[in-house]
Amino acid sequence: MNLFEYQRAATVAQAVASGESEGAVFLAGGTNLLDLMKGNLVRPARLVDISRLPGLDAIEFLPDGGVRVGATVRNSDLAHDKKFAKLFPAVAEALLSGASAQLRNAATVAGNVMQRTRCPYFYDAASACNKREPGAGCDARGGHTRLQAVLGWSEHCIATHPSDFCVPLVAFDAVAEIDGPQGRRDVALETLFLLPGDTPHRETVLAAGELITAIRLPAEAAGFAGHARYMKIRDRTSYAFAVVSVAAGLRIDDDRIVEARLAFGGVALKPWRAREAESALVDRQVGRDTFAEAAALALRDAKPSGQNDFKIELARRLAVRALTLAAAGSLARSAPLPASVVNLV
Amino acid sequence: MSHSLTLTINGTRQDVTLDDPRVTLLDLLRERLDLTGTKKGCDRGQCGACTVILDGRRINSCLTLAVSCTGSEVLTIEGLAQSDGLHPVQAAFIEHDALQCGFCTPGQIMSAVGLIMEGQAGNDAERVREAMSGNLCRCGAYAGITQAVLAAQARIGEAA
Repeated sequence: MNLFEYQRAATVAQAVASGESEGAVFLAGGTNLLDLMKGNLVRPARLVDISRLPGLDAIEFLPDGGVRVGATVRNSDLAHDKKFAKLFPAVAEALLSGASAQLRNAATVAGNVMQRTRCPYFYDAASACNKREPGAGCDARGGHTRLQAVLGWSEHCIATHPSDFCVPLVAFDAVAEIDGPQGRRDVALETLFLLPGDTPHRETVLAAGELITAIRLPAEAAGFAGHARYMKIRDRTSYAFAVVSVAAGLRIDDDRIVEARLAFGGVALKPWRAREAESALVDRQVGRDTFAEAAALALRDAKPSGQNDFKIELARRLAVRALTLAAAGSLARSAPLPASVVNLV
Repeated sequence: MSHSLTLTINGTRQDVTLDDPRVTLLDLLRERLDLTGTKKGCDRGQCGACTVILDGRRINSCLTLAVSCTGSEVLTIEGLAQSDGLHPVQAAFIEHDALQCGFCTPGQIMSAVGLIMEGQAGNDAERVREAMSGNLCRCGAYAGITQAVLAAQARIGEAA
């Protein structure tokens, strides 16, 4: 780990000013950042500690039916907030299916959004990685590709975004509230993340000094509360990143789908919203054939980035499963193994 | 630049001056305060051996900078037993043979204490296993660990 200057910000304005300087990085829960720093993969000149900024740790239910979650709310606190879990069950399920209890207790919601890819070549300082060093090349290409992207990748980067939480957030039109040197702005979470193209080192649209202060879910997201699920395939039953995951939400009127939401995790460098598939589900009867058609449409443009063709079929099948379970109804309480397909409940 | 911080560790207030902001809470406990019960396993948040209770919640002390903890309360394995004997979780680990080599045990026990404080698992063994999945045991004492957590939780519930 390199030596850095440590600063604790007292206000958002101070954090933004301090975060704008060359090499500055915001520190909140630190669960991903400290890990990266220990591997010398991230070498910040300055850490701006925002973990105790006043006013950023509240879950605020808005008069219009939406919710504003402060940037430093811990993952576990949000998942276990009864009202939040009732209104946004797929989000709670996704949160509880990620990491371990210790990590969820420390990691913040904005930190979850800003976490870096878990591509093993990004994590190995001896490997070439265009994210770490623009122009260096990508050793993942032709390497171990089992868990790499099947959508939106480029020859410069085939990594995936590791978050569970962000998948239902993107499905349900979450917005990041951002404060920065140029003032405040809202960015739809779906557009916050950048696909790799030929600039994989650029991961989000955030400029230097810009700080996520809250994540907002609109009232419409709660309209799916009765039929929303998150499903996750992982290589071990607990405490593992997704091979593939799916967030599905339906509004159903007498077996007819009124509105649908569908997004995938583990398939691309951002949570992948499947809008065409969503449209194709509207006005259709709930049922396996309908869901299979939508799943096929969602993965139509997918292509393997190596020896990972299996992820495409796996994603299709998981989408059918998630839609089927969403149609059956949200869980009153998250299952013992949240979001796992091995749940029999 | 040095950093002054105040921590309450196992009920005792301590003033600490750090000459280096890189010191993790784990290294502060082990290397500077001689509280070596908290173990350094992977040092990357994967094994859970470094689990402590920070302000009432279990966390990985290896991924926590000490400087960011000023004003906080830390509970480590050394602070668990009281004058009247072992903590119920410690007693249950012995009773249920929930360890072999013992290296992961302080982290397992602190994680179990945190789990019981969180109150989310109930008496469901599957929920306990999931909630303990951030603690690895290379000896494979998982069956005993799950039994010990359930037994300790029941005992604490009766006492409450």
